[in-house]
Amino acid sequence: MGERVGIEVSLAAAEAVKMANVDVVAAYPITPQTHIVEHLSELVADGELDAEFIPVESEHSAMSVCCGSSAVGARTFTCTSSQGLALMNEIVFIAPSMRLPIVMILANRSLSGPLSIWNDHTDVMSIRDSGWIQIFTENGQDAFDHVMFSFRVAENPAVSLPVIMNMDGFVLTHVIEPIEFWDEETVKRYLPDFEPVNRLHPDNPVTMGAFGLPGIFTEAKKAQDQALINSKPVILKAWKDMGDLVGRYYKPVETYQVEGAETVFLSMGSVGETVSIAVEELRAQGKSVGQVKLRLWRPFPFEEFREAVRGVKQIIVIDRAITYGGPGGPVASEIRSALYLEENMPTITNFLCGLAGRDVTAEDYIAMFEKTEQMAKGKVRQEDYIIYGVRE
Amino acid sequence: MIEIRIHGRGGQGGVTSAELLALAAINEGKYAQAFPTFGPERRGAPVIAFCRIDNKQIRIRSAIYTPDVVVVLDPGILRLVDVTSGLKEDGILCANTKYSGKELRKELGIKHAIATVNATKIAREEIGLPITNTAMLGSILKAREVVPFDSLIDPLKKRFGQIAEKNIKVFTRAYEETQLTK
Repeated sequence: MGERVGIEVSLAAAEAVKMANVDVVAAYPITPQTHIVEHLSELVADGELDAEFIPVESEHSAMSVCCGSSAVGARTFTCTSSQGLALMNEIVFIAPSMRLPIVMILANRSLSGPLSIWNDHTDVMSIRDSGWIQIFTENGQDAFDHVMFSFRVAENPAVSLPVIMNMDGFVLTHVIEPIEFWDEETVKRYLPDFEPVNRLHPDNPVTMGAFGLPGIFTEAKKAQDQALINSKPVILKAWKDMGDLVGRYYKPVETYQVEGAETVFLSMGSVGETVSIAVEELRAQGKSVGQVKLRLWRPFPFEEFREAVRGVKQIIVIDRAITYGGPGGPVASEIRSALYLEENMPTITNFLCGLAGRDVTAEDYIAMFEKTEQMAKGKVRQEDYIIYGVRE
Repeated sequence: MIEIRIHGRGGQGGVTSAELLALAAINEGKYAQAFPTFGPERRGAPVIAFCRIDNKQIRIRSAIYTPDVVVVLDPGILRLVDVTSGLKEDGILCANTKYSGKELRKELGIKHAIATVNATKIAREEIGLPITNTAMLGSILKAREVVPFDSLIDPLKKRFGQIAEKNIKVFTRAYEETQLTK
């Protein structure tokens, strides 16, 4: 195994991109993603990473460059946040349709307005339906490991789709913590060279990103949907193999103290660790509480999720984004859909919290549990979501 | 777990102090987190940095509200910010000040244990600049041995390169000159 070092998570993620021996990095700096691309730019300038660093003039260009470089068979990385993702949006939808295995770290930050640079999940939810594989990371180690994972899954010939690795802005990107690096031998064993399924090359002309007339568009979309669904076995294998190599076994849906739990919290990303502490405190009070964490967001892990909550009476869904005037947060909506036909469907309460950097403590999650206990006495409808912590 | 909150002004190196403590702890095989008040950097404005140290993996991801140690890099902050807010009863305030612990207790009504050192004077004499972050690291270790004294030497060397020796001198002097008021 590699060395255990104290390092800022952003720098560790950039080092992981370097170790993955990326060929092209095209990115535009934006808070809180900045340290990742700054460090990659340094590594290239210092000759430590033999790659093209393309300092584009906007995120729209960043993703356009990524599409071009990935199409010729270069291992390609980009990184953005919030407004950067919004500016990139047009091309974000094109990459998966062209089956280009680009890896993007999204340092999650709220979308304006009001203007905010702080963390929540409104940025990623804006491209939820873009067709990218989407995963969430919980801590620095997790982020480091999942850089390798993302390249391996994206570039697998049976997948050939882009991957977004979500990493909470500031809460992860700006924290210094211990991270166990991989040694070069481990990276080599885990991550094969990129062999594209199709490659743009003058000697063998092909068309990519062609016009999709009504006669073929639906079929193209069906194929794309199937491709995303079919990525799951590769994803599971990539986690299994990583576990065998480095001893950390990740899963699409992870659980904590769920045995016999009547109520479970469900969250995505870095808040999961603080929720775990709340679960421990509630358990100590004799409450029947556990925790379920969604690591894989697309393709949605229906089977594993239903299995994880089997027998649970109550789910407290933590959302980090708002669906204005809709059925609660985006995660809760999907959780309800996933369970709609299940027998003994649990009651679902939905808290929208930690918006744009509002700190959420273990005590806050305990308060949400207590509120849920009260709510569960009545009928909880879809529109009964709570924006938690509003000062009135 | 030990939680440390560092008050300073943007540009005074509070984040670096938190980072160096965390690196020292991690090098010792412990677990640690260091992080700033999240947001834009604001030179001169009162800012806070945080550090947690534990023997097991740290999972909490929220800010620090009930610290064991509060550190004040800038004497002016003592009168601007309620620095002991949330400080645990058996916690300690570690202040850069020319006054004694007794004087501070009287003037500011502080009930906690206090560690005092004139870090500005030491920093001016040794590095020629009133940058007190490395001095206050020495003071923290005198107040509470959160990591062994020697464990900071390597991180200080790595961070400060050519001016490392001066900073180690500052760190050592502040450790020696810190006065404890129970």
